Amino acid sequence: MHYLPNIIFAVLLILGIGYFTKNVKKLIRNIKLGQDVDVSDNKSQRFKNMMRIAFGQSKMVRRPVAGLLHAVVYVGFLVINIEVLEIIIDGVFGTHRIFSGIGKPYGVLIGIFEVLAILVFVAVIVFWVRRNIIKLRRFWNKEMTSWPKNDANYILYFEMVLMTLFLVMNATDVSFQNMNNGNIVSQFIAPWFSGLPESTLHVIERAAWWIHIVGIFIFLNYLYYSKHLHIILAFPNTYYGSLKPKGQFDNLASVTKEVKLMMDPNADPFAAPPEGTEAEMPAKFGASDVQDLNWVQLLSAYTCTECGRCTSACPANLTGKKLSPRKIMMDTRDRLEEVGKNIDTNNGEFKDDGKQLLGDYITHEELWACTTCNACVEECPVSINPLSIILDMRRYLVMEQSAAPAELNNMMTNIENNGAPWPYNQMDRLNWKDE
Amino acid sequence: MGELLKVPTMADYMAEGKQPEVLFWVGSAGSFDDRAKKITKAFVKILNKADVDFAVLGTEESCTGDVAKRAGNEFLFQMQALMNIEVLNAYEVKKIVTCDPHSFNCLKNEYPNLGGTYEVLHHTQFIKELIESGRFKVEGGVYKGKRITFHDPCYLGRANNEYDAPRALLKTTKADIVEMKRHKSTGLCCGAGGAQMFKEPEKGDMDVNVLRTEDALKTNPNIIATGCPYCNTMMTDGVKAKEKEADISVLDIAELIANSEEL
Repeated sequence: MHYLPNIIFAVLLILGIGYFTKNVKKLIRNIKLGQDVDVSDNKSQRFKNMMRIAFGQSKMVRRPVAGLLHAVVYVGFLVINIEVLEIIIDGVFGTHRIFSGIGKPYGVLIGIFEVLAILVFVAVIVFWVRRNIIKLRRFWNKEMTSWPKNDANYILYFEMVLMTLFLVMNATDVSFQNMNNGNIVSQFIAPWFSGLPESTLHVIERAAWWIHIVGIFIFLNYLYYSKHLHIILAFPNTYYGSLKPKGQFDNLASVTKEVKLMMDPNADPFAAPPEGTEAEMPAKFGASDVQDLNWVQLLSAYTCTECGRCTSACPANLTGKKLSPRKIMMDTRDRLEEVGKNIDTNNGEFKDDGKQLLGDYITHEELWACTTCNACVEECPVSINPLSIILDMRRYLVMEQSAAPAELNNMMTNIENNGAPWPYNQMDRLNWKDE
Repeated sequence: MGELLKVPTMADYMAEGKQPEVLFWVGSAGSFDDRAKKITKAFVKILNKADVDFAVLGTEESCTGDVAKRAGNEFLFQMQALMNIEVLNAYEVKKIVTCDPHSFNCLKNEYPNLGGTYEVLHHTQFIKELIESGRFKVEGGVYKGKRITFHDPCYLGRANNEYDAPRALLKTTKADIVEMKRHKSTGLCCGAGGAQMFKEPEKGDMDVNVLRTEDALKTNPNIIATGCPYCNTMMTDGVKAKEKEADISVLDIAELIANSEEL
């Protein structure tokens, strides 16, 4: 029975990582439901963007308070995870603080962990206060009810508990306290437990150790169901983010083909496809559901951490319109999840469920409120482009359904007829010079 | 209008077998909108004064298709683009300047992939070049002591990262430049972009241009400077909605420069 803890630990480790891997595979499958898009160019620039924006958090500090607090939690997360490595080795092999043998440097490491742990704890408390007491507007928009609201708080509670357990574990570890090497913070917590017999301390230490590591396994698996996925996906998303000027919208190649054919005086619109080739299905213009979006857009939907910086900069949202760029991303993700579950329950095939992203999740009213000003794109700390999804859905509305607002149809008719959005004759274009 | 504006067309140049230094893309607003036409003329006065060899397409110019594209009509956009590119390429145009950031963005970023590659400048960038190369001088003084706040056009600023050229020009007027809280990359849209100019806004608490005008009014300006004909309309309407039109004027940077030189 001596090995029972090791076995239990190994089983938990395998379960934790195994289930996580299963969900990651599902995540990749869902993202691949999107259309192909070529993002294989400019690898070095892309890598630089990822290092600067995701690893270096460069856009987080556009809002200095949130940026600084986030940096604390982020650095804490990166660094304290080194400790998790020790915990896993200890757990599997039944050792205790395997790295402590390296002497002084161990104390330095643990000291850093402890300082970070307390900083993270404080930062997370401030986050919680901003969300729940100060009630910053961007955390209380219409889309931030029920699950999104709870999810955000659960993550904060998780982090508070994990940091507390880490410090308690160190404070009640008698041999560690006696080493007096690295217990920078926990030495002040240790006295809270003074007077307890060493055996009780040991039980508390073991309990804290186990709950801490099991908590980490649970948190790891919580990611897939949470906005917290951004801790992983921020990296690929910033890598694949657009490198073009923000004003440059893609030119649909499928449309270019049709327009060139239309303008070619020698083209025969009734020509049969050449011998031996299948007649091509005409491409669908724009997007009405998640499968019409490209996979980078779908990756972005999973990356969104619902911080709402986009929405708080959106001119439409600021003036009370229904459009919220954050909701566009959340809707895209929720619909993609729905499609994914549909595929799971139908043995790998998507069965039409009579629903789609357009209409059932995102309304026409939201789409037509956008000014395409790129404020949302500029604000996003992880290079998400909600505007590209809005535009793709407008394209579907206009080119597949002719469902533009009447005034816009007038404007477009004017352009078609006389080359200007107003009903003026093209022959009068230079009249201003003599007026 | 005192002296006559010199506005040659590309066809005129072609007839003489010459190429102008730059094509001035007037745009639909600049050609037809009464307010925007004044901006067009102010810019032409600057071009004339600096002896710039420029030409317009005149009746051969057509809508860039930008607004159709933002409205989702990629077909119409590409038809307009391909037609315009045919004309531009036939005249072997190399360099284009325009007063409209939407045309600027569209010509600069969205035409190349359809076969139309040109050097495209916004008029603030072009005037700045003229000043830097010594071809045009602004003495300034008319606006000395006036408070001017600049409203960044989304399609010049965020869309193309040009925040400095308009501000550099404003400096030459010797006015006091005051920034709104939301400016440069955090600038708030005037509300006209994405084809909003041509439709009623969706239901909400207020209009975007009024919110943006409130931003500007907080700087207590004498003048709100713009760099886009659509922004100009929106801000002018905003100032009217706030009943401040007697105290605050909305002027394009080209107009401010032309007025500075009493052109």
